[in-house]
Amino acid sequence: MVLPATPDMPDADDAILRVERLSKYYPVSRGFFQRRHLLLHAVDDASFEVRRGEVSGLVGESGCGKTTTGRLIARLILPTAGRIFVDNADVSKIQGSDLVEFRQKVQMIFQDPYESLDPRMTIFDIVTEPLNVNGIGNLEEREERVAEMLSLVGITPPSAFLFRFPHELSGGQRQRVAIARALVVNPTFVVADEPTSMLDVSIRTGVMKLLAQLREDLGISYLYITHDLAVARYLCDRIAVMYLGKIVEMGTAEEIVKEPLHPYTRALISAVPVPDPAIRRPVPNIKGGLSKPINPLPRCRFYERCPDARGVCADQNHPELKEVSGGRFVACHVL
Amino acid sequence: MDTLLKLDDFTMHYRTKAGWVQAVDGVTLSLARGQALGLVGESGCGKTSVAMSIMKLLPYNSKVVRGRILFEDRDIYSMSDEEVRRMRWKGIAMIFQAAMNSLNPVYRVGNQIVEAIVTHEPETSEREARERVASLFELVGIPKERVDHYPHEYSGGMKQRAVIAMALACNPKLVIADEPTTALDVIVQDKILREIDQIRRKINMSMIYISHDVSVIAEVSDVVAVMYAGKLVEMGPADNVFKKPRHPYTCGLMMAYPSILGDKHELATIPGEPPNLLDPPAGCRFHPRCDRASVECREADPVWRAVAEGHYTACHNPVEITGTWSEAVKALNGGERLGASSNA
Repeated sequence: MVLPATPDMPDADDAILRVERLSKYYPVSRGFFQRRHLLLHAVDDASFEVRRGEVSGLVGESGCGKTTTGRLIARLILPTAGRIFVDNADVSKIQGSDLVEFRQKVQMIFQDPYESLDPRMTIFDIVTEPLNVNGIGNLEEREERVAEMLSLVGITPPSAFLFRFPHELSGGQRQRVAIARALVVNPTFVVADEPTSMLDVSIRTGVMKLLAQLREDLGISYLYITHDLAVARYLCDRIAVMYLGKIVEMGTAEEIVKEPLHPYTRALISAVPVPDPAIRRPVPNIKGGLSKPINPLPRCRFYERCPDARGVCADQNHPELKEVSGGRFVACHVL
Repeated sequence: MDTLLKLDDFTMHYRTKAGWVQAVDGVTLSLARGQALGLVGESGCGKTSVAMSIMKLLPYNSKVVRGRILFEDRDIYSMSDEEVRRMRWKGIAMIFQAAMNSLNPVYRVGNQIVEAIVTHEPETSEREARERVASLFELVGIPKERVDHYPHEYSGGMKQRAVIAMALACNPKLVIADEPTTALDVIVQDKILREIDQIRRKINMSMIYISHDVSVIAEVSDVVAVMYAGKLVEMGPADNVFKKPRHPYTCGLMMAYPSILGDKHELATIPGEPPNLLDPPAGCRFHPRCDRASVECREADPVWRAVAEGHYTACHNPVEITGTWSEAVKALNGGERLGASSNA
């Protein structure tokens, strides 16, 4: 699955997804007698883009805001601030028939195939539902389309699976059904939220290869959300690393993995275990534990945990994402 | 070496409505004092069943079909309940899977550990137990003032640490850690694995790590055992198993793992899916998914045999890797079959 090198930095029109200063805050309450209303900055001023036909990875630890970002893009929730453009259309302003079209164009694959498929629906019903909702085709055409999608995702022969229920399928097969359901309406952009993290290793590779193959065959662009940098390296052209709602680094997958620049990315990469007992990894250079970005102080989000923190990191606001070389972005005062 | 735990042809089945699930079949292994064993395999391969068998915590619908488990040369399955109760926690302790949910939410964390100590060591006073909890918390890196907090006030990593502290509370000789870090983020996982490893070396404790993650097992184990469909398929010193794996399933598992180091190599897919253990395939249980399978594999169950010093496998056509593992991976990327050059 070694993917070809990414083409040169394209112009803005080449972006299928453009996220501009996106923020999503959630109100949280603290205290009982002196109730205080605070804001959790789940996504804070994030900007990035995904080019047509590209797989972009959004990587970070749990609670960093990567799933919220995915849900914002699919318009399952609306942003507090900032804008999202899919095919140059502002996602939060889309209405009426354009919204119906948007829902077909942008699809989502969820993490847990045990939760995301209705246990009382047959595989046929599950995969046809998007067609029914959008009123695409008559029954005959739908049957044909469903069979075509199932064989495309490796559920073969489709006729043997159409009238089975999710519980009769293994985890890998369920995730393939979930992929078929997402692709049945011919989306151009798919938000894949940890689609392989619940699957076993020997099954996972198959699903990863399927996603890569579908991108080749159907020209779908993905936002691939994952906590696993090794998986992201294999599947993604480019990777954005998120920390407490902020994007701290972006670059091609190989750049991020081989020469991480931001101290957080460096720590994250050095913490990934390696399948070779002869290699002794150094202790990741990071302090403390993950906190929650609730009413964060106006300083670098990574300040408390950063081994390289200086005065400027506490005195100034969180650093802007700066381009350090072609297509390589880092948000750090020290670099 | 001084053997602490021994499994001898241990076979355990579960009774279900659909029939007998052959969850653990003929597992033979031994563990020396102070040694760390890594048990690796995919979900449903029987790793947790092995752990539960060692703790004698099997559910009512299970049945030990044959074989023995010896802890300090005593057969666990011929001990009385009272003897087993004394063995648990003081002899063998366990860090359960999803440990974060194994703390009782309505009791203070410290009190739960004190309870474990006082129950298993009636001679210990509550004050002594409290002091021990304080030093355990220090050992696993939880601030002392958190002793009297409730589990919901802890983060995921801290709950995991508390559960580790609880497992160590009665100075066990063996700790079984069932997926101790699976739900945690990599940075926290790294910290906790390093801590457990340090503690183990300090007090010369034996460990069994259970995980689906080949790389985690590679980092913490002296000896690695690979399980597939209820059977051990390969076992040996970690260096041997990871540099010169002999069983095709071990190779497949390692090839399927994306790595963050070195050049990107093609990921291997193991075709098909693990068998249903209600009716496992005849012969080698891996043969329907194995590209090296011969007629023999379909008919005869491969014998567990030594292929090198302390390195065992159960395979009719074991893989032979002559060069380094990374060369073998490269050869495979070139379309060659693994070890094909040296094996007929």
